[in-house]
Parts: sequence; structure tokens; C-alpha cells
Amino acid sequence: MKAITWRGVNKAAVETVDDPRILNAHDIILEVGLTATCGSDLHLLGGYIPAMRAGDVLGHEFMGTVAEVGSGVRRHKVGDRVVVCSFISCGHCWYCRNQLWSLCDNGNPNPFITEGLWGSPVGGCYGYSHALGGFAGSHANYVRVPYADQGAFPIPDEVPDVRAVFASDAAPTGWTGAHQAEVQPGDVVAVWGAGGVGQMAARASMLLGAERVVVIDRFENRLAQVSRHIGAETLDYTQTSVVAELKEMTGGRGPDVCIEAVGMEAHSNDPSFLYDQVKQQLRLQTDRPTAVREAIYACRKGGTVFTLGVFAGLVDKFPLGALMNKSLTLRGAQMHGRRYIPRILEGMRTGEIRTEHLATHTLPLDEGPRGYEMFKNKEDGCVRAVFRPNGDGRPG
Amino acid sequence: MADNATGKRIGIAGVTAAVVAGGGMLVRQLRTARRPAMADGDTGDRRRDTRWLAVTVDREPDQVAPGGQLPEPLAALDDRIETRTRPAPGGKGTELAARLRAPAASRDDRARQELRAALRKAKQLIEVGEVLALDPIPHGERTATPAGLALEAVTRRADREGVL
Repeated sequence: MKAITWRGVNKAAVETVDDPRILNAHDIILEVGLTATCGSDLHLLGGYIPAMRAGDVLGHEFMGTVAEVGSGVRRHKVGDRVVVCSFISCGHCWYCRNQLWSLCDNGNPNPFITEGLWGSPVGGCYGYSHALGGFAGSHANYVRVPYADQGAFPIPDEVPDVRAVFASDAAPTGWTGAHQAEVQPGDVVAVWGAGGVGQMAARASMLLGAERVVVIDRFENRLAQVSRHIGAETLDYTQTSVVAELKEMTGGRGPDVCIEAVGMEAHSNDPSFLYDQVKQQLRLQTDRPTAVREAIYACRKGGTVFTLGVFAGLVDKFPLGALMNKSLTLRGAQMHGRRYIPRILEGMRTGEIRTEHLATHTLPLDEGPRGYEMFKNKEDGCVRAVFRPNGDGRPG
Repeated sequence: MADNATGKRIGIAGVTAAVVAGGGMLVRQLRTARRPAMADGDTGDRRRDTRWLAVTVDREPDQVAPGGQLPEPLAALDDRIETRTRPAPGGKGTELAARLRAPAASRDDRARQELRAALRKAKQLIEVGEVLALDPIPHGERTATPAGLALEAVTRRADREGVL
């Protein structure tokens, strides 16, 4: 079969690879319908997450049709249309039982790497480096789905593929941020980043009862999507002072909840960006915490800051003094998908959650490298490039 | 981001010092994971050879070792290890711990690696009923770069190393 693979820093290619096989009784093999690029893939492509091997298949946000089932699978049969959670969780350990699905004890066959980096292993993720298990990704004709009864979800007939694919990662990640940050009715929520995850965090905050939601970015087309499709307010950080605007909006308090949906490659107009960039390019600081710093600074006293963007390792100039003296709560998480995906699919069925606008470019698999280039450089207003491995790339 | 609390230009000397310090911290973290004996820094880890390696299994004690019978693949190491189980606080399951009987054997990295992998597999078998397989992984051409070969060396022993 064909697959989009990582070939080195800023190099993706389309290669012929072996078909996946059922390896465990709880596996299914999925014929991939749609598979989306994600901002976190850019960290892999850029070489910021070093546990990638040339030839690794990319992609972790996907839906498709069940092609083969293992002997232990109970909830799925050949021909079912399903969306698959990007994180791999067993469903039987303490973390899964307590709805902390991304922390699954049994979903990552390479625990050593993340134990070394973070002190404990976390669950596995498709196509997201050997640190998160080394599983082949979804940018291929077929993908193996372990623990399929836990991670694959039937798609309601009313939900089109191009909406459902974002129930795999962007929507549940956004929902994880809003819910785990404990957004309450009446809250003012600020979200840094107007990509797919930021937009979904904003939408989830609104559905959880936030009175006012503000999304911060620099790309006009993404902020326009926020206004039109999400219904939240926007701030362009290249045109104004974010902190001053947020203070004005909140009567001088600051947002109750600040969700950072940018991650390790944050940009800024501030001189500290240059400092962060130099350190990161020397590969001696792994992450640029620029947006996190601003979120901590902007947050109201006693509020909550949530790091939802992907970070890998160490950051510098972290404002611990502000965190401590303002009595802030700092939380973070990868996505606990299984907890939220059923609710999200129901919202997609009723129309209260819409995501198809994120798929600005739908392409065949052969155009994978071009799709990533467009996505990385935000060419032609690209918000997400989505691949259709078993079709001609036209929207379905 | 337009307004940043730490928004002042930082000199090259400051950048260099921070870079070196940050890099040193990262290397130390990874070294600690590879060699738990060094977790205590320059003082060493004097209990390394007698310390229990442990996993918490989300099951009751009588399901983890029914009738005192060790789960596989720990059972295969029975003559070389001692084990203990106890309820984890707060209903978190059962703590299953093991160590090599002869402290001298603990200085054998391979024996400790085998025990660590056995504990992880036993937990998976009890909780899920199977050990999650990975190979063969569909992949494109593997070029023989130094970084790639180093990563392969790490992943080959990724279930046997760690801070467990």
C-alpha cells in the first residue's frame, strides 16, 4: 500500500509500505477514509520531537471503514464506518477506568523513552514517534487499530466523513482542555491559537456555559473562521496588546480560564521570541513557551491556565512567580478521547459541533508532501490539509 | 504574543549559559532513566541492588496472584526472584513488586531488564489479557543514519529499561 512517511527534518514522501496485519485479538484493520494533518505533526516534521525514524508513517487523526476484525473484537464488524481516537488506550487499567485515557498504562510498547523524559510513560498515539509507541500512522490506505473496542466509534449516518474525521483528535482535544480546565457557566475564557484544536476548545467552552470566549491568533482567515463557524470573539496579536485587551474585556480581572492551544513552536512579536527561537534552534531548549507565559500573565488571580498545545521537554524563563503569587491552577493534558468522543459525535449529529470548515484542502495521498508544505506555510489559507487515501481527493 | 512579562532582550552570554544549563538537565534526565543507579546523582544509589521493582495492577490481590501463584511471565523467573503483593492505597488496585533473590545478580543489567519487562507483561496480561504487539510495523525505507540507528537501539530495549 501507499503511505506518507517521515524522511528527515522537513522531508515527507509517499512510499510503498507493507500492509498492516492483525497482531492482537483486539485489533481491527481500517480502510482509511479521511486522514487529517495536525499542527502537532509539524513538530515531528521540524525535528523537534527526536524519536522519529526515516520511513515512519505519519498521521493520527482519521476515520474509515472496518476491513478486518480480530477474534476478540465485540463492538465492530467488517463494513462499519468508524472514527478512531488518536490515542491508544487499553480500557482496563486504572487510568482508563478513571477516564484519563491518554495516560493508559498499557497503550505504549516503548515506555522507556517517556519514562526517561517525564518520569512516567503515557499512552500510545498513531504515527507520533517511537516515544509514543512507534505505531504506524493513518496516512495510508490501511491502518491497524489496537484495542479497537475502546478506540473506534461508530459514526452516526447523519454525520459526513469530513465532519467526523475531526472527532478523532481536534474536537476531543479541545474538549479535554475546556473540561479539564473546569470551565464554568459564566466564565470568560481566552484561547491562544485559532487552529483546529483552539477552535474546538473555544466551541467546547461555549457549550460548557462560558459567557464570553476570546480566541487569539495572527492569521486573518483563521480568526474569520472563529467568528463565522465557532461564534467566539477574536484578537489579532499582531495588531494589539493581548493582555491590555483581555483586561479591558474583563473589567481589569483577566480571563477566568486561559487555554494555550499553540504548543512548542509559538510565535510572538515580543523580543523574548527571539531568545526562545535561538535556544530551540540550537536544540538545547525543546519548546518555545511564549504563549504559556502570556496566558499566565493574562489570567485573573485564582484562575486556571491549561496547556493543551504539545510540549516535549524543557522550557526556560517560566513565570513561576506569577503562578505562585496569583494562586493560579496550571494543568495540562493530551486528549482523553474516549471520555468525550461519544458526546462530540452526538453534537456533530445535531449540528451543534461543526468542523468541516477546518478541512480547507482535501487531497489524494500522492499529494501528501505538498499538503504538508501548504499546511506548514499556511498557503492558500490552509487550516488543515486532509487526505483521502482510497479516492481521488475530492471532498466526500 | 504582544505583551510578555519577560519581554526584554537577553544578552548572548545569558543565552549561552541558559542553553548549557538546559541541555545539561535534559541529558541528566535521560541518563537517570537509563541507569537508575545514578538517580541519586553523585552520591549514587546504594539501595539499587535490593530495591523492589513494582507495578500497580488494577485488580484485587487475589486476582493478581491467586493462591500465591505468580502470573506469567514472572512465574518463569520464580527460582530467581522474590515477590510481594499488597493493596494499593485508595482503591488503585494491587502493588506487585519483585526483585532478584541474590543481590549480586541485581548488578547484572540484563537480569534487571528481564525482570522489568516481565513485570510490565504480567500487568498487561492480568489487566487486558494480552501483551500489546508492535512488530511488524509498516514503514518506508530505513536509511542507516547514526540518529536512526541510535533510536533503533533504544526501542529494542524500550520495554526493559526505565525508572520502573
